[in-house]
Amino acid sequence: MENGSDFLRAEGVVKRFGAVEVLKGVDLHVSEGEVLGLIGDNGAGKSTLLKTITGFHRPDGGRILIEGDEVNLRSVSQARSLGIQTVYQDLALINELSVFHNMFLNGEMTVGPFLNNRKMKAKTAQYLEDMGVNIPSIDTEVARLSGGQRQAIAVARAVYSEAKMLLLDEPLAAMGAKEGALILDLIQRLKEERGIPMILIVHNYAQVFDVCDRVNLLRNGRIEYDKPVAESSVEELTELVVSEYRKARETGNTESG
Amino acid sequence: MSETTGESTAREASGTDTQERGFVGRLLGGLVRVREVSILIVLVGLALYFQAANGAFLSQQNILSLAQYAVPYVVIASALCLLLICGEIDLSVGQSFAFAPIVMYLAYDKLFLVLPLAVLVGLAAVAVVGLINGLITVYLDVSSLITTLGMFFLLAGLNVTLTGGFPATTPETSPVTQILGEGAWSGTIWALVIVAVLQLVLLRTRWGLHTYATGGNPLGAREAGVSIARIKIGNFILCGVLGGFVGIIESFRINSIDPLAGGPDIVLLCIAAAVIGGTALLGGVGTVTGAFLGALVLTILRNGFTLQGISAYTFNIILGVAILLAMILNVYVARLRGAGRA
Repeated sequence: MENGSDFLRAEGVVKRFGAVEVLKGVDLHVSEGEVLGLIGDNGAGKSTLLKTITGFHRPDGGRILIEGDEVNLRSVSQARSLGIQTVYQDLALINELSVFHNMFLNGEMTVGPFLNNRKMKAKTAQYLEDMGVNIPSIDTEVARLSGGQRQAIAVARAVYSEAKMLLLDEPLAAMGAKEGALILDLIQRLKEERGIPMILIVHNYAQVFDVCDRVNLLRNGRIEYDKPVAESSVEELTELVVSEYRKARETGNTESG
Repeated sequence: MSETTGESTAREASGTDTQERGFVGRLLGGLVRVREVSILIVLVGLALYFQAANGAFLSQQNILSLAQYAVPYVVIASALCLLLICGEIDLSVGQSFAFAPIVMYLAYDKLFLVLPLAVLVGLAAVAVVGLINGLITVYLDVSSLITTLGMFFLLAGLNVTLTGGFPATTPETSPVTQILGEGAWSGTIWALVIVAVLQLVLLRTRWGLHTYATGGNPLGAREAGVSIARIKIGNFILCGVLGGFVGIIESFRINSIDPLAGGPDIVLLCIAAAVIGGTALLGGVGTVTGAFLGALVLTILRNGFTLQGISAYTFNIILGVAILLAMILNVYVARLRGAGRA
């Protein structure tokens, strides 16, 4: 593959939790402007992989390269300073804080030692308008918002903090059809207008084909399948996962040990 | 669209909470919430009641003694408030309250340091106490309830050991001692300044915002890159230092350094004050203003009952009921708001 244009490259990434080796040597790459769909069964380690790329977990082996340079991420803040932004499955929103404080969480605008609430409010209103997200009031605590609105805030936060790359962990989970369409549309626009490389963890394979350029299957701690979506299909992906399940059943489920 | 409409009706149905906050908040620059207003009403009601029952309550002399008596509770409750909001607790702060003046005294009396320097040594000692509380809690993953319970006994023992169990007299009067509590209103001024600064820090700085975030959703805060270890340890240190500082002020006021000044009473009362003022023991919610008002309510209750000749036992009964009512109200309000969620 074209090594030079990779925005992110993971080589042989290993992550263990105690005796459990969740990632056993993951090789993965995302080019500039590319949207990579990451699929895999529950518990395959997709979220772990994402969190290892963002500095939340430290890898136990392998290396991660960003724009060709090897990085040793020690914290989420460090990954953010390199332009890697994540929308976590749990959204990382603080229920007790207002929409605009969540929007700028850990990237607050200040005047001297004080928060510049006015500016953050104005920016938040502008971002949400740009995204076409309708939220009753940006002073509202996020606890009062619907699932889709919360998701939209989490995505907006990642996008507008000068993201060079976006990692989205199940951005469409637990969302109604209308809200899901909103987020998919948003991802599509980010891809077309800003060419931001993304990794998307998705459960619904049809959605992979809506927005992704390439699809990877994470299984047994490794990437076992890597194809452009043009050469893949929903049926193939489904078969891939289901066949494994059948095989596991026939061999007496030896893997889950 | 139906989504949005449903949302707004739900919010209206969730009661006066939002509206009142909007109105009062605008009136006072967003610094005060409905919870503080309700406790302020309680406060005024209590003052009127005690004044009606005993004309001496609002006499100049009693107001001064109220103001002086409230100082340690106000300061410790406010400092604890930040720690509670970030999801931790410090049971040892009452002992820091006694420990700082003792260390200060030893530095002054035995090491012959000038008083301002001795004060700094005392404050450094309680800063270290806070740091240790924080490090054990954050990095060794011990619940702060246990960490600071251990620290409570450790300091209680140290306080008695260092002084031989006897109270000492504070250094003789000087401008420094006047400023640090000996002057009639100096403690009160310190307390008001500390409350104002803490409230400003909590509501208007990144530190405050991250304190809320750390207590409200620790995992989410970490995922967003907030250093929750730094926030927690910092608030432990803040709590220890302010507890020690107000201990020094109190010792100058009463001209005595008492190794037994920091019993369990003071910290429990301050936790009660913070809780009555709307601080959630589980973190994420609360304000310094609330803790301040809560501390004033408790002070007025105790002082008012004393003036009426009602015993400390009765006071405890009333305090217990007040805490229970405050907590029930908390749960009730939370349920109302929960009903407002989509």
